[in-house]
Amino acid sequence: MDMISKEHKKEKLGFEETELRLGLPGGGGIVNGDLVINGKRGYTETVDLKLNLALKETGKEENSQKEKNLISCSNDSIKSPYKAQVVGWPPVRSFRKSIMAVQKRNSEGGGAAASFVKVSMDGAPYLRKVDLNMYKSYQDLYGALGKMFSSFTMGKCDSRGMMDFMNERKLMDVLNGSDFVPTYEDKDGDWMLVGDVPWEIFVGSCKRLRIMKGTEAIGLG
Amino acid sequence: MVYSFPEEVLEYVFAFLSSDKDRNAVSLVCKSWYEIERWCRRRVFIGNCYAVSPQIMIRRFPEVRAVKIKGKPHFADFNLVPERWGAYVYPWISAMARSYPWLEEIKLKRMVVTDESLELISKSFKNFKVLSLSSCEGFTTDGLSSIAANCRNLRELDLRESEVEDLSGHWLSHFPDNFTSLVSLNMSCLGSEVSFSALERLISRCPNLKTLWLNRAVPVEKLASLLRRAPQLVEFGTGACSTEIRTDIFSNLVEAFSGCKHLKSLSGFWDVVPAYLPAMYSVCSRITKLNLSYATVQSPDLVELISQCSNLKCLWVLDYIEDAGLKALSSYCKDLQELRVFPSDPYSAEPNVSLTEQGLVTVSAGCPKLQSVLYFCRQMSNAALIAIARNRPNLIRFRLCIIEPQAPDYLTLEPLDTGFGAIVEHCKELRRLSLSGLLTDRVFEYIGTHAKKLEMLSLAFAGDSDLGLHHVLSGCESLRKLEIRDCPFGDRALLANAAKLETMRSLWMSSCSVSYGACKLLGQKMPNLNVEVIDERGPPDSRPESISVEKLYVYRTVAGPRADKPDFVWTMDEDGALRFS
Repeated sequence: MDMISKEHKKEKLGFEETELRLGLPGGGGIVNGDLVINGKRGYTETVDLKLNLALKETGKEENSQKEKNLISCSNDSIKSPYKAQVVGWPPVRSFRKSIMAVQKRNSEGGGAAASFVKVSMDGAPYLRKVDLNMYKSYQDLYGALGKMFSSFTMGKCDSRGMMDFMNERKLMDVLNGSDFVPTYEDKDGDWMLVGDVPWEIFVGSCKRLRIMKGTEAIGLG
Repeated sequence: MVYSFPEEVLEYVFAFLSSDKDRNAVSLVCKSWYEIERWCRRRVFIGNCYAVSPQIMIRRFPEVRAVKIKGKPHFADFNLVPERWGAYVYPWISAMARSYPWLEEIKLKRMVVTDESLELISKSFKNFKVLSLSSCEGFTTDGLSSIAANCRNLRELDLRESEVEDLSGHWLSHFPDNFTSLVSLNMSCLGSEVSFSALERLISRCPNLKTLWLNRAVPVEKLASLLRRAPQLVEFGTGACSTEIRTDIFSNLVEAFSGCKHLKSLSGFWDVVPAYLPAMYSVCSRITKLNLSYATVQSPDLVELISQCSNLKCLWVLDYIEDAGLKALSSYCKDLQELRVFPSDPYSAEPNVSLTEQGLVTVSAGCPKLQSVLYFCRQMSNAALIAIARNRPNLIRFRLCIIEPQAPDYLTLEPLDTGFGAIVEHCKELRRLSLSGLLTDRVFEYIGTHAKKLEMLSLAFAGDSDLGLHHVLSGCESLRKLEIRDCPFGDRALLANAAKLETMRSLWMSSCSVSYGACKLLGQKMPNLNVEVIDERGPPDSRPESISVEKLYVYRTVAGPRADKPDFVWTMDEDGALRFS
């Protein structure tokens, strides 16, 4: 199998620049119906869908074992970096898997696997999604959220006003006299105030974000 | 003459016997020795919580002070044992709460521990000193609060590798202000941040604190303050060390570490920024144990650190160390006894690091005291295994995991039978062995012939036929634990060696070819064994008898079939009838 992958890689090198691609976010592409090992995040997003790998924080995926859980890549002619995965193999403990998944994500600058969470804002007509791996700190995240939801505050306050509020976490009068507080749902299903724990731990435990009206946020934090 | 010694003299002599084996031998001499010994046994080790009942233990040993109990089979670590399988500690705690008011120590491994159990422990044993929960689950930080609040004489609280439902970090604040007896605290498995000031105060008032393993949530900039309050520490585990490096943090850390003249063991290092590692150089020469298995640091930085640890006896590290790093290890650390190399990216088919069989060969050549190995790699050869065997006949534990199942010798494409055969032939004291790679029945022939001291054997994707299993069961005289997954072993070898199973603690077989009919027969033949079929497809007798069971767990017991089975476990009873849970 090693032989095939080497040959295949050689082939691909020649074609890369000339081929048309469908662009997935992060630069991953689908070429001629094959998976391209290209932009890391794009590729592993696809792979994630198929293989449900333990790249995410917990090893909980492997806890349900009704049948021997043999999941294989759909396209055999491509040497994918993630082969058929069997339950409990290789024999690595769950806490080691999670640690390495998080570290891999951090060390590759968020390139390896995406960590999309939904973001809702009270009063906004639709939700957004952010990839927490794209940010290195709470400041980064606040900046992005401010820009994302600025359209809803246009005319009443500019995006910088929103951003300042979030950066300083002051309960300012921003919109119709109400305050906004960023909160998140953690792994245990509890709603927490954003900003209490170190950034890496937040990324690992945040399942969704909600920008709450301050009046509802009493009792948090 | 033996019978003329007064009891007090015998009791005094028996007090010097610490090993269970010796005490068990002494108990067999005569009835009076049995009686005297059972009244003065203070420590009991129960290797399988279902092999004996709390009542039987208490009846025989009425004055126990320390108990160690193990629950789930080892393969539970890799999610092969379904949830709700069992190993509940509560019945033990409740029985001991009534009968052992002076109990001081409870050590559990792979058991389900509830907050209720923890609360009962905290309220029942006035002199309680040691709680060790290794790879346990089922409790929350509320249970820890009970322990902290009520165990006035607590010395050790060790939660290593347990899965704790982390409600908050508040539990630590429950240690009363006049609590000063702490010697050892391992909270490394917890996620939540504890109150830092409570932690500082706790450490300050416990002058005997020798072991402190923090959790990830304690950032590196806070370590110096803790270390300054506990310069007597012998074992220390950091939290995450990912804060961007700053000169003040770094210099504080250097100063704090240099004050720790007794430090022998270091761990933690989650997300460690390599620039922090030099802060530890002042303690390196005294370090005997180093756990870098959470440090995603590249080889050159690892080598810098390791090259200063000339007294290193035990190293756990990720495969980022690579062959080059292992070469350095073998030249700097001549006292090395144990090496564990974990995979940084176990699910990638392509190697992400330059770590091969060569690294292990080099260490085996350069470290004459090496006796315990756990090694994950992606390629292996018979030649390498033979070299390792010849270099290190003093190996006691050898666990090799070649990541690709059934990978052959990468040079010759042959099975790895001769390589592992060399290991068992040369390493006559080998007690634990885990095999991987492409293996035929032949390797089992070698094992059965040579591995006479082998106590634990782990197999996966190996062998061709029942003959393989037969070689092991009939040849390995010291075998206590055998765990097998995905091997073509079936009924014949199992039934032919049924009597052997009574001499072992347990046998685990999953995804093999053992039929339901054979399980029933085994249960009938062997009344002293619990033959448990684990099958999540529904009752086994709703399928033909010839169909293989999903999982089989067989263990010797004096407690009879267990009463707490979940709905997917069936005990094969002696009269052949199904017992439903």
